[in-house]
Amino acid sequence: MTNSVGIVTPNKINFEDPITLSSGAVLPRYELMVETYGTLNADKSNAILICHALSGHHHVAGYHTPDDKAPGWWDSMIGPGKPIDTNRFFVIGVNNLGGCHGSTGPSSINPETNQPYGSAFPVVLVRDWVETQARLADRLGIEQFAAIIGGSLGGMQALRWSITYPERVRHALVIASAPKLTAQNIAFNDVARQAIITDPEFHGGDFYQHGVVPKRGLRLARMLGHITYLSDDGMGEKFGRLLRTGEYKYGYEVEFEIESYLRYQGDKFANVFDANTYLLMTKALDYFDPARHYGGSLSQAMRQAKAKFLVVSFTSDWRFAPSRSREIVKALLDADRTVSYAEIESAHGHDAFLMEDAPYMGVMRAYLNNIAAEIA
Amino acid sequence: MAHPTTLRPDLKHIAEQIRPNSRVLDLGCADGELLAWLQANKQVRGIGVDVDVNSIVTCVEKGLNVIQADMESGLQHFEDGSFDYVVLSLTIQSMHNVELILQEMLRVGRCGIVTFPNFGFWENRWQILLGRMPVSETIPYDWYNTPNIHFCTVHDFGKLLHKLGMQVNGQIVLHQGEPVEFLPNLLGSLALVRFSQAAKI
Repeated sequence: MTNSVGIVTPNKINFEDPITLSSGAVLPRYELMVETYGTLNADKSNAILICHALSGHHHVAGYHTPDDKAPGWWDSMIGPGKPIDTNRFFVIGVNNLGGCHGSTGPSSINPETNQPYGSAFPVVLVRDWVETQARLADRLGIEQFAAIIGGSLGGMQALRWSITYPERVRHALVIASAPKLTAQNIAFNDVARQAIITDPEFHGGDFYQHGVVPKRGLRLARMLGHITYLSDDGMGEKFGRLLRTGEYKYGYEVEFEIESYLRYQGDKFANVFDANTYLLMTKALDYFDPARHYGGSLSQAMRQAKAKFLVVSFTSDWRFAPSRSREIVKALLDADRTVSYAEIESAHGHDAFLMEDAPYMGVMRAYLNNIAAEIA
Repeated sequence: MAHPTTLRPDLKHIAEQIRPNSRVLDLGCADGELLAWLQANKQVRGIGVDVDVNSIVTCVEKGLNVIQADMESGLQHFEDGSFDYVVLSLTIQSMHNVELILQEMLRVGRCGIVTFPNFGFWENRWQILLGRMPVSETIPYDWYNTPNIHFCTVHDFGKLLHKLGMQVNGQIVLHQGEPVEFLPNLLGSLALVRFSQAAKI
């Protein structure tokens, strides 16, 4: 556990102020599950918010128990001496509203009915998450984040932050993200949702009361998602056409290693993730389009921002392709904002933002070093 | 104002051409030496472009704004007329689409500054005369490993600008970092050309 933040304990933070969501729905109260690493400095200028992606949560670094098998999901990036250096920064990981890892979400108990929210849990947009995160910052006394950092759906949150709260974001790091989804992306999301919704054990979202979980649907959704997060080359390199037994069985059982891998990932996911949260998070992705309120012009939207930006994409990422990041870069340049852009050569597809490609770590380290120097 | 003595000689001459407080796009910015100097000494607002990720890392380390992009397909990231100067130093000879990049430079900027090895330099001519491909200080590669595909002389470059409806606003030919006044196309190994759209008559 060298260069690890070590054993960490999440905190549940309770918010009693009602929040009106973009959809018009009101949550009278809610909780956010939060994990922090490092120390907030005296003038509270060294805070970094890590925004999570589709299936993410607050546990971004370190271990919960000494015999934890895997660390937090971005442990390669966050820790003492790592690019997001916890010796210098106070790092906050948060499970978004609607999540299933401790924050109020569809599987939480609805105080009005004393039953899980289920289908009654409202749709949540990226801007709603930003609102809850801003309230979290208020609670911690953080007026301005040194940086807000996110990959994929997390990058969308960083973008939204810079538009909605320009004064509160010094730097926004938008990684493997997009200014809005393409039709193809929305299509993938809908196939995933249909897999869940049509599972006989989904019960319209109220499966909790039936004591069942739509595992088959969730598993399919995750298998599909997983394929789109990898690249053909990366998959080929790792699995190729390897057979588990070395010979064809002429049947429909698991034969190829890739089948085995995907089913394993699907099963693992279906055991720990909430089906309604998956629906909700993919919908938040589909709806995200900050240009919508600025006559369709992303550069107009970005003109609101005051942050400095680092945009990063990965060559083999076809779900959030480099061309999508270039749209963000172009909009920022058109809006005369400060931006740097790196297009990292990687075979890991969309998942590359969680990997340790040396140039990627190099860019992040260099950029974050400058932030640390700025706030020192 | 600080004198750009610490810069690589060709960059020093570019730096001297650039007015304080202007906006500069540095194409093929490499380690960002020019931009860093201009930002520190001439309060220039600059952006670098390079295709190599190691250059991007180095520029970010220096606190420069830098965009990783391949310029062969143009400068789509940038709006028309968004820069005062667009610099392309010691890169044009390795580019496929020379005409496009020159047009793009004057689309996004008012003034272009290009430096390139002068193929008309006497040593190059001499080596050709002896039946060999030139290898010299400004052309340090052998024919089989050179990234350079489009060599030209000072005269050739001027002719291309004219063909593209552009005009030379200033030209310095250097050898070993020093300006060559006498027979520049013969005695200079490196050329710096500042150009803009030709005035419409």
